[in-house]
Amino acid sequence: MDLIFEGIIKAFWLLVTFDPEVMSIMFLSLKISGSATLVSLFIGLSAGSALALTQFPGKKIVVGAVNTGMGLPPVVVGLFVSIFLWRSGPLGFLELLYTPTAIIIAQSIIATPIVTGITLASLQQLPKKMRLQILALGASRAQMVWMLVKEAKLPLLAAVMAGFGGVISEIGASIMVGGNIKGYSRVLTTATVMETSKGNFDIAIALSIILLFLAYLINLVLTYVQQRERPR
Amino acid sequence: MKIKGFLKTVFVVTAVLIAFLGAQPAVDEAFAQQKNIILATTTSTQDSGLLDVLIPVFEKKTGYFVKTIAVGSGQAMAMGQKGEADVLLVHSPAAEKKFVADGFGINRRLVMHNDFIVVGPGQDPAKIKGIKSSVDVFKKIASTGNLFISRADKSGTDVKEKDIWKAGAIKYEGQKWYHETGLGMGQTLNIASEKKAYTLADRGTYLALKKRLDLDILAEGDAILLNIYHVIEVNPAKFPKVNAPGGKAFADFMVSKETQDMIKTFGVDKFGSPLFFPDAGKKVEDLGK
Repeated sequence: MDLIFEGIIKAFWLLVTFDPEVMSIMFLSLKISGSATLVSLFIGLSAGSALALTQFPGKKIVVGAVNTGMGLPPVVVGLFVSIFLWRSGPLGFLELLYTPTAIIIAQSIIATPIVTGITLASLQQLPKKMRLQILALGASRAQMVWMLVKEAKLPLLAAVMAGFGGVISEIGASIMVGGNIKGYSRVLTTATVMETSKGNFDIAIALSIILLFLAYLINLVLTYVQQRERPR
Repeated sequence: MKIKGFLKTVFVVTAVLIAFLGAQPAVDEAFAQQKNIILATTTSTQDSGLLDVLIPVFEKKTGYFVKTIAVGSGQAMAMGQKGEADVLLVHSPAAEKKFVADGFGINRRLVMHNDFIVVGPGQDPAKIKGIKSSVDVFKKIASTGNLFISRADKSGTDVKEKDIWKAGAIKYEGQKWYHETGLGMGQTLNIASEKKAYTLADRGTYLALKKRLDLDILAEGDAILLNIYHVIEVNPAKFPKVNAPGGKAFADFMVSKETQDMIKTFGVDKFGSPLFFPDAGKKVEDLGK
């Protein structure tokens, strides 16, 4: 119990004194996971709506693959991204391994199926007749897609939360492709593991509390938007 | 507004993405121009805090940016064998000699040493305290069936541990008192402490973590327990992509007088005794005397 209490006090101190190392780790985590979420939103929203609104042979197989991808283990992604980015690998000339960009790439791969899957599900749950109705009222195809996305806005917010929550708390890929390099690619999760193995449990607890707090804060903002928009 | 709004959103999102993806490589490029060095090393040099002291000095002095990848010595050499690292700081002498003999590394130079110790719960249920020979210590642990935690990650520590089992022809694999973690030294010590088990550790990491551990030093001082660190440059003739000048600069830095002095005093203020003993220019045979 003492340990947890000490950890909380330490976390408080690190936060109120704006400890430069903790702050830089925190901002780097936000920047990396934020970028990865943005990339996955862009790809996932497009792919998800395209999948939801078109019919083609083998669609079930693709949807099944997307759903499997939603549970993509981060270490598997980390391993394959590493292999591709090795100096001897096919993308080695980019010299991206052990950089923040490498973490963004890996996290985008983790988050994209999550966003795609939720987009797909939320668009498919809209009544089918709605599409016909919108088109019948003279809307273009792009307008129709946009109206459907607006209609499914609330579940789509869940996609953002799930995507961001998945990548900010992810460690396997971050440590493999980022290397946990001090002041450069050290994020909240990898720093927590390292401090634990160093025996600095107080700092490790402080970092975890910051991680929880961040995730809470961002979900709070999104929930607020979601609740405000809810029709009465 | 409908279609315009949609297009606008797409435009903004795309612009933001391009800005992000464009800005990111620019940052990496700045580091690339500064020339990165990938240092593959053991967890003990990071967990003990030594590299946190040495690397900023090196970076300030030379302008290189060091990417430290802290893994076991085995994995560090595996990275070297693929040309994925520029310089290694490792402690697994037999494997290192093979690494150099196979042409993967050049300029293997002695940096420092400390020693391995056998740690365990203070009550010492296997009664190993006072036994001089490490082989006898391990035999005693095996015969009493007390829990022993192994790194099992092909690190320098793990190789040393296996050497001792083999020297005593002791059967350890698959025994129910023998647990394998596959983790770094720090985490393995934490597990041994929680499980009241014995383990082999390097003195540096043990001293650095001591305040949190419920483990005592129970056996030490045997000649087989010497823990010797070498720096090896990855052979640029074999891997053209290796940053050879950077690797050499780091290796030279590790054996320079200034660095050796820092190693000598590192940890004295915090732990009362040094964690590592500088050895640059000495012969391996003369260590520990």
